[in-house]
Amino acid sequence: MRGLAVFISDIRNCKSKEAEIKRINKELANIRSKFKGDKTLDGYQKKKYVCKLLFIFLLGHDIDFGHMEAVNLLSSNKYTEKQIGYLFISVLISASSDLMKLVIQCIRNDLVSRNPIHITLALQCVANIGSREMAESLSIDIPSLLVSGDTIDSVKQSAALTLLRLLRTAPELQMGEWTSRIIHLLNDQHMGVVTSAASLIEALVKKNPEEYKGCVSLAVSRLSRIVTSSYTDLQDYTYYFVPAPWLSVKLLRLLQNYPPPEDPSVRTRLTECLETILNKAQEPPKSKKVQHSNAKNAVLFEAINLIIHMDSDPNLLVRACNQLGQFLQHKETNLRYLALESMCLLATSEFSHEAVKKHQDTVITALKTERDVSVRQRAVDLLYAMCDRTNAEEIVGEMLEYLETADYSIREEMVLKVAILAEKYAVDYTWYVDVILNLIRIAGDYVSEEVWYRVIQIVINRDDVQGYAAKTVFEALQAPACHENMVKVGGYILGEFGNLIAGDPRSSPIVQFQLLHSKYHLCSPSTRGLLLSTYIKFINLFPEIKPQIQEILGSKNNMRNPDVELQQRSIEYLQLSSKATADVLATVLEEMPPFPERESSILAKLKKKKPSSVAETAIETTKEHKAMPAAQINSDGQPTLQISSPSSAGSADLLGLDIGGMSAPVDSSSSGGGGQSASDLLVDILGGPVPGGIGGGVGVGTTNGLDSSGLTVGAEENFLKFITKLNGVLYENDLLQIGVKAEYRQNLGRVGLFYGNKTSFQFTQFTTSISCPGQLSTQINVTEKPVDTVMEGGAQVQQMYNIECISEFTEAPILNISFISSGSNQKLHLKLPVSINRFMEATEMNADSFFTRWKALSQPEQECQKIFKATSSQDTELTKAKILGFGSSVLEGIDPNPDNFVSAGVIHTRNQQTGVLIRLEPNKQVEMYRLTVRSTKGSVAQTICEFLETQF
Amino acid sequence: MMQFMLLFSRQGKLRLQKWFVAHTDKVKKKITRELVTLVLGRKPKMCSFLEWKDLKVVYKRYASLYFCCAIEPEDNELLTLEIIHRYVELLDKYFGSVCELDIIFNFEKAYFMLDEFLLGGEVQETSKKNVLKAIAAQDLLQEENDEPKSILEEMGFTVSS
Repeated sequence: MRGLAVFISDIRNCKSKEAEIKRINKELANIRSKFKGDKTLDGYQKKKYVCKLLFIFLLGHDIDFGHMEAVNLLSSNKYTEKQIGYLFISVLISASSDLMKLVIQCIRNDLVSRNPIHITLALQCVANIGSREMAESLSIDIPSLLVSGDTIDSVKQSAALTLLRLLRTAPELQMGEWTSRIIHLLNDQHMGVVTSAASLIEALVKKNPEEYKGCVSLAVSRLSRIVTSSYTDLQDYTYYFVPAPWLSVKLLRLLQNYPPPEDPSVRTRLTECLETILNKAQEPPKSKKVQHSNAKNAVLFEAINLIIHMDSDPNLLVRACNQLGQFLQHKETNLRYLALESMCLLATSEFSHEAVKKHQDTVITALKTERDVSVRQRAVDLLYAMCDRTNAEEIVGEMLEYLETADYSIREEMVLKVAILAEKYAVDYTWYVDVILNLIRIAGDYVSEEVWYRVIQIVINRDDVQGYAAKTVFEALQAPACHENMVKVGGYILGEFGNLIAGDPRSSPIVQFQLLHSKYHLCSPSTRGLLLSTYIKFINLFPEIKPQIQEILGSKNNMRNPDVELQQRSIEYLQLSSKATADVLATVLEEMPPFPERESSILAKLKKKKPSSVAETAIETTKEHKAMPAAQINSDGQPTLQISSPSSAGSADLLGLDIGGMSAPVDSSSSGGGGQSASDLLVDILGGPVPGGIGGGVGVGTTNGLDSSGLTVGAEENFLKFITKLNGVLYENDLLQIGVKAEYRQNLGRVGLFYGNKTSFQFTQFTTSISCPGQLSTQINVTEKPVDTVMEGGAQVQQMYNIECISEFTEAPILNISFISSGSNQKLHLKLPVSINRFMEATEMNADSFFTRWKALSQPEQECQKIFKATSSQDTELTKAKILGFGSSVLEGIDPNPDNFVSAGVIHTRNQQTGVLIRLEPNKQVEMYRLTVRSTKGSVAQTICEFLETQF
Repeated sequence: MMQFMLLFSRQGKLRLQKWFVAHTDKVKKKITRELVTLVLGRKPKMCSFLEWKDLKVVYKRYASLYFCCAIEPEDNELLTLEIIHRYVELLDKYFGSVCELDIIFNFEKAYFMLDEFLLGGEVQETSKKNVLKAIAAQDLLQEENDEPKSILEEMGFTVSS
């Protein structure tokens, strides 16, 4: 195409960006007029112009025409025209284009053309675009091409991978009848066919391992034939003296989807393969070319991955570890990088953990000397993975030392890792306190809130370390320039435990106070707020310095501070200190009770930051549990939180709910509003010591009241479905399905949400949060377990919510979900299916007691009545089922009219039980209902009535 | 599965882009910008592998061109380097010691070759012979088709550019 070449030269000769744009616009105008002109263009011209448009697009300019001409080219019978048409469509047409129907029609024509080169073009196009529409319309044509005996090898190859692409788009595609023929493609004579099919089979295996189990023995024998062949056997499939490296790697990966083979002969054969691969690594290289060593080592690393996956043969694991140990000092940076990475996995296996530890010095050297930060990062990861109680002090020490000069890009993560290791392996908690304070000193900017919250939690929970912590922070605060995070920790700890060091004249109350206050003016408002709380706590601890503190609280600067929070704290603390008696002060400002034991939020943070390492850390933790159960804090029998309502205590055990996590440290009835989600540590730490009336303390985000218009479409309807049932689908769209499974006991509930990724792609930044609109935040407590931020394609992830009903409520909590799917941001706002009737227990009673109670509730405000039209069948059994599903009983033989339903239940809240009586009178002639609800609380009767009305 | 492959020059000019997953043009441009800057900023002896978002990036420089692939966490980095190398070999064999200009002027060929080698982000055919045979067969058809056209064009019967 001479015209194209001329055009490209013109563009290249352009001296400036402007000249280029001018030339392009001229060309676009020309092409546009050609396409619009009266003269019909022949295929060659169309091809040329379409090709030019493509080139212009690839230069980075937008193209908004020419699509139709490209589609026309598809039906040309000249190969090159067709080929350019397909190329344009693959690169430029989006799956949602109006032309897609036409395109698919052309593709189908080519697929049935029996002309292999046309079939191949059509398949490549499908593989390149892979839209859902294609998957739906071609789900028969392509599999039949793949398994048909007439299809030539190269078409089979394309068909296999095209099918794979469609499966990723539409995971629900069924291969049913073809299963066995697809598996047997692993036996195909043509290595190219096997190479393509192996990828397809792996994807199918992931979907349905049981159905494709037969591929294991075929894969093992194919692999065995490859690794034992000499490099001349496989001719052009040998790559730089390595026999079929791509196929080998695919087979090794396929096998990682299964446990070690059960059949002893297959298993032995596989072990032999892996040993052969390890042996070959020790042989002298057959070529000095890097391609040879890369291909050989690619197979080796994949074999090691399989060995780690099987995690059953100590001999192989240790050999793998020794091999990687050699690579740690290899001259190739790439190999050192990969060796560090793979060793991380080996460190998590109990068989090879010790073997990995032998390389500790080399890894530490790598951390200090590698020139590439990404390699140093791997060294940090490995040190983290190989750390255990025996080497923790050394590794943490080295990491701290390195932190002083570490790259900014990895500091935050290193800080988290050091903090986790120090906590996990601390034998002596003074060491832990030292490490964290050192972290703040060395890398204060990178110490996230989670880290300093955690050190405070631990100090509060362990009385053996409190005095030491107070002394150490006091010393750390002496530094002329100390980080604000140090001031926060110092302020908090001295406010709680300053009395433990007050005996020493060098750290007498007034000295402590003056030291902290010397930092006050350099700090941000949130830290100042914290310091004000420290001061009021000092008044309780050290009455002798009350005047000095009151002077500060009463200073103009504080009383009229433009920051409302600071102003309010100063005024209220001042009032509190002057009005309250010593007893009241001592009660309100009492030492913090221990925090409930929970997963370290630092770990959660690390997972969020580095989703890829989640699996690794998960293994870590379980292993740690097995090996050293003593590593947990609070394991020394510290009392966990007292539960305020005795009635809920028993049932808490029953369900194993973590309701301790929900109570605020100070008597919860006196603490003000503000979100009390237990995941929000700020509430625990800062909201705690603040007496009633001050609100939720510094930094507690007020919950945004979401009105119903802020909800995702369908959320309300779906919520109502759950009024009469516990389990079902809460939400579903093209990407995501959310299922619900719930159980309730008295005032506690446990709601499991099951998120299913319906696509074949990862979701990233998957986060959920709960918001409680209006008063709801004080009426129920919702605690959630965070979910991983990455959700694999096709995966299902479970999230548990623990719900405590404090008092009766009408609104439902809002579940906010956000994630990124294929680059686009998704947000959902749904109602969590939690309604007041879920905390109701059905009550059985006879006619006498029912009517006695019914009559006792005769005040007008205790009754709510509604008359409404039936919206669904009035079948008796159905109605009965709904009432039972609602949570109340169905009492037979009470109402004189047998068609009526009478029902009773008791609603459990934290401190109260509320009786509910229900009477439902159907009128089948006019398809109406009269519903009457009576309750000791009028608001409850109203809510129950409104919910029930939606169900019949 | 490979997610995309980018070819760009030392000056950061994109020469070829192949996406195996669907993204909007805006996202593609953003990703490209980010990766080009990231890779060009690295020094010669550094590791060829990078962690990037949830993906792994594997890159290698050949003369003035950078080849850069994004693969998924479970994919094999070393073998991805060799995918790049095999692709370079294919281009080299076809064009006869390939240079950046060949790819600029024959970008469509570079795409056709890639489609024969990789499909849907997976390796389809690793035999150099087989890929080149397929491309040669295409060229044969092209010559048959184009021959009469070029003569007409030489004679000035068609309006070019």
